[in-house]
Amino acid sequence: MTVELGNTGTRIYPNRIRLRYNWWLGSVMGRFYRDLKEKKRIWGNTCPDCGLVYVPPKENCPTCFTKMNEFVEVGDTGNLLTYTIVRYKVPFVQPLEPPFALGIIQLDGADTGLTHLLGEVDLDDIEVGMRLKAVFRDEPQGNLLDIKYFRPL
Amino acid sequence: MGTRVGIIGVGQTHHRSKIPECSGQELIGIAVRRALESADLTMKDVDAVVVGNMDHFESINYVDMWSVLGFGGYMKPVMKVTTGGTTGSAVGKAAFYHAASGLFDVVLAIGWEQNSESDTTAAIVTHTEPLIERDFYGGAISGLAAQYSAYMGWSGATEEDAAMVSVRDRGNAARNNPYAHLRKEVTLEDVMESPYISYPLRLLHMCPRSDGACAVIFAQERSAKKLCPKPAWVLGVGSSHRSTYLGDEIGESGLRSLEIASRRAYDMSGITDPFHQIDVAEMYLPAASAGVAWMEAMGFCDPGKGPDLIRSGKTNMDGELPINPSGGVISTNCIGATGLIRVGEAALQVMGRAEAKQVPDVNIAMSTGFGGCFWSDAMVLGSMKYLS
Amino acid sequence: MEKVAIIGVGQTKFEKISPSSHDEMIFEVTNAALADAGITIDDVDNTVTCNNDFWDGRTISSMTVTDASGSNRCTTTNVEGDGTFGALMGLMRILSGHHDVSLVVAQTKGSIGVPGLITNAIFDPLYDRIIGLDAINSAALQARRYMTQYGITEEQFAKVSVKNHKNAKHNPYAQLPLDITVRDVLDSRPLADPIKLLDTSPVTDGACAVILARESVAYKLCRKPVWIAGVGHCSDTYHLGDRDLADVSVLETAAMKAYDMAGIENPLEEIDVAEVYDAFSYMELMWMEGLGFCERGGGGALIDSGLTEMGGALPVNPSGGVLSAHPVLAAGLVRMIEATLQLRGEAGERQVDGAQVALAHGIAGACGQGHCVYVLER
Repeated sequence: MTVELGNTGTRIYPNRIRLRYNWWLGSVMGRFYRDLKEKKRIWGNTCPDCGLVYVPPKENCPTCFTKMNEFVEVGDTGNLLTYTIVRYKVPFVQPLEPPFALGIIQLDGADTGLTHLLGEVDLDDIEVGMRLKAVFRDEPQGNLLDIKYFRPL
Repeated sequence: MGTRVGIIGVGQTHHRSKIPECSGQELIGIAVRRALESADLTMKDVDAVVVGNMDHFESINYVDMWSVLGFGGYMKPVMKVTTGGTTGSAVGKAAFYHAASGLFDVVLAIGWEQNSESDTTAAIVTHTEPLIERDFYGGAISGLAAQYSAYMGWSGATEEDAAMVSVRDRGNAARNNPYAHLRKEVTLEDVMESPYISYPLRLLHMCPRSDGACAVIFAQERSAKKLCPKPAWVLGVGSSHRSTYLGDEIGESGLRSLEIASRRAYDMSGITDPFHQIDVAEMYLPAASAGVAWMEAMGFCDPGKGPDLIRSGKTNMDGELPINPSGGVISTNCIGATGLIRVGEAALQVMGRAEAKQVPDVNIAMSTGFGGCFWSDAMVLGSMKYLS
Repeated sequence: MEKVAIIGVGQTKFEKISPSSHDEMIFEVTNAALADAGITIDDVDNTVTCNNDFWDGRTISSMTVTDASGSNRCTTTNVEGDGTFGALMGLMRILSGHHDVSLVVAQTKGSIGVPGLITNAIFDPLYDRIIGLDAINSAALQARRYMTQYGITEEQFAKVSVKNHKNAKHNPYAQLPLDITVRDVLDSRPLADPIKLLDTSPVTDGACAVILARESVAYKLCRKPVWIAGVGHCSDTYHLGDRDLADVSVLETAAMKAYDMAGIENPLEEIDVAEVYDAFSYMELMWMEGLGFCERGGGGALIDSGLTEMGGALPVNPSGGVLSAHPVLAAGLVRMIEATLQLRGEAGERQVDGAQVALAHGIAGACGQGHCVYVLER
């Protein structure tokens, strides 16, 4: 069914692609989410060559391509490296109603940052360098939002 | 002027219907590691990477950027090529051009797909033109079925002929290829008793959908000679992406794009008598029927003589021109990787590293790719830099 | 490197909603580039298309433009990335010795999909896609990191928008020629702090085409070949948290490769005009640093100095840049086209006088994860 776009004389055919997906986590992220869900523990892993601790863990070091078999638990507190306040709506994919805050948090013990949401904070009070703590969700489901958000310490 | 290019390493995963213990990046990591090991190289030696898959199977946008985690791509030049089913072979050709241009020395080609993560047919249907074709399209199979119907009509080919291709390829996979997804031999009766999927194609004529990855390492002449005792030299490449709508091709019974792609590869490599000059071929057959109908497009027999050729047994492992020692696409089909696996398997034949799949005394190997709307790619590899 | 030239270019007028379909746009620019080069489609012996399945809403999206780009007749492939990467493919085909004339086309109709959904899909489905990251809010994370690291201000970002939209007034192809002030930008609707509406590129429908030819062919066919003197591409790692978003090492690496090939030692002095991929205003400042036009952290001072304005020592984005028209996948190739027009002296009212060496730049992924840099010369 084609329709005219306003009064432009241009015709369009509105349609949607609806496809379902089930992504394999693999053993590394599988472990990350399992322990996040069941034990409220946050895992990273470390590269034997460059020594960096990555959170979330990944099979291969992005720089060295060395397998990272050594898992390191990191804290649930950390520093805010950068943030933004999202003020526009995108259907389906936003976890919260705008305005909401997104940030990158370097957890204690990690060398990299975790992208996540900020909560329990006045949006005007957010500052780079803030100390934050993870707030866990009551009914975890085995995804990143088992941490509801990070709040100021 | 560019340089000659050789393939110096091949790696692939053990392909399966699903590999739950691996994420997509981890699959890529396995194939890349195996390829690097086979060439005794590390990622530090790699100068550029080309990666390919079909987006809608995993719903990841800008896979080139995502994939760097799979191969330690920090600070590497990376590019993505995607052309539907021909993606794997297109990735191989793209890597060839990277090296042949002289701009990059050692180039890593990666093809991968996790078809288990989505509804493959639903995703494939989205390739059709939304207004004209999409409501009617039954998926990849129906087009192939219609084409074989036409071929049967004018050549006298039969369903049994296609079944012989299944017996050959599935048998090769079962006996020779530990990496293949489907490794169960089938008999002619098994195939002919399997249910119709889309007349005249039956279940056991069809390719599976698989998860897997493949990595192939190309190198410029000077490095290829240093790094590999017997590189598989790229003698010729060709492609033809002719049609846009299904209806453009159905009227013809052969595969015109494969004819054109093969001819381009032959012209570039100097091949004049494909059946006698080529020692082994890895043909991309999305269905066994293609193994009857498309050999003539590659010049392996006269038009309409496909049935004679398959019935003669000359394309079996012990025949004059073995086709698909690896078991081919009807044994393994991780779509973004499949075309590259054909390149890799052909290269292994020339390099003498095909193990149980090895055809003796291979000097020239051919690989083809198929996909999209009856698109084709072809690559000729040889043990010498030039055809003597 | 053997000499390869750009001998023909074509671009559509960039607009929010074009009544043309994908293939109509590509047919238009293919014919425009052929006419510009003075050749026919039969002279083209290979093509590269740049299409993205998400933006086109179609698997094997390159099928839509196969006929319109003449790709059905010859060797072709589809690079699913910015047109600068596609052009590299076309360049490599010629350098391999197996081809003479490459046609590279790129297009997107941004109007047909939901950009937030399409760019959300860039992010890891196993990890942070779920928190609603997209092109704009991820860029905001980078912008703030850049501000924190070097003390660059939102006013300095705004100056880029003012400059580029004003430049667009002299570009008949641009979507958003605007007379705005820094105040207008700062007061514009906040999208994701610190990025506001006027710091952001628009959603655009558009296409472009470039024809490349080897030296012997270029000299025969073209009065004003523009030579590709150098090219480089490079990628950062993927997860945003694993990157230092204010760090421009990846762009530096790509640029150095292009500069080495072209024999450029002092980019600020030797380059006469630059077209860079400013998807957001802050990006132009960061890319200035990565390209070596100023030292790290010097992007703010550079825009303050006026050096990159029209009439300055190194005008950046005389076309209005990506801020003024953002056809995804095509935008980097448009930068090459604009640089080509500059070097030919055919840039009309946006001409930088006497331009002999130009730089063109494209990016890939979120927050400029990948970069591709060209040095072009007369």
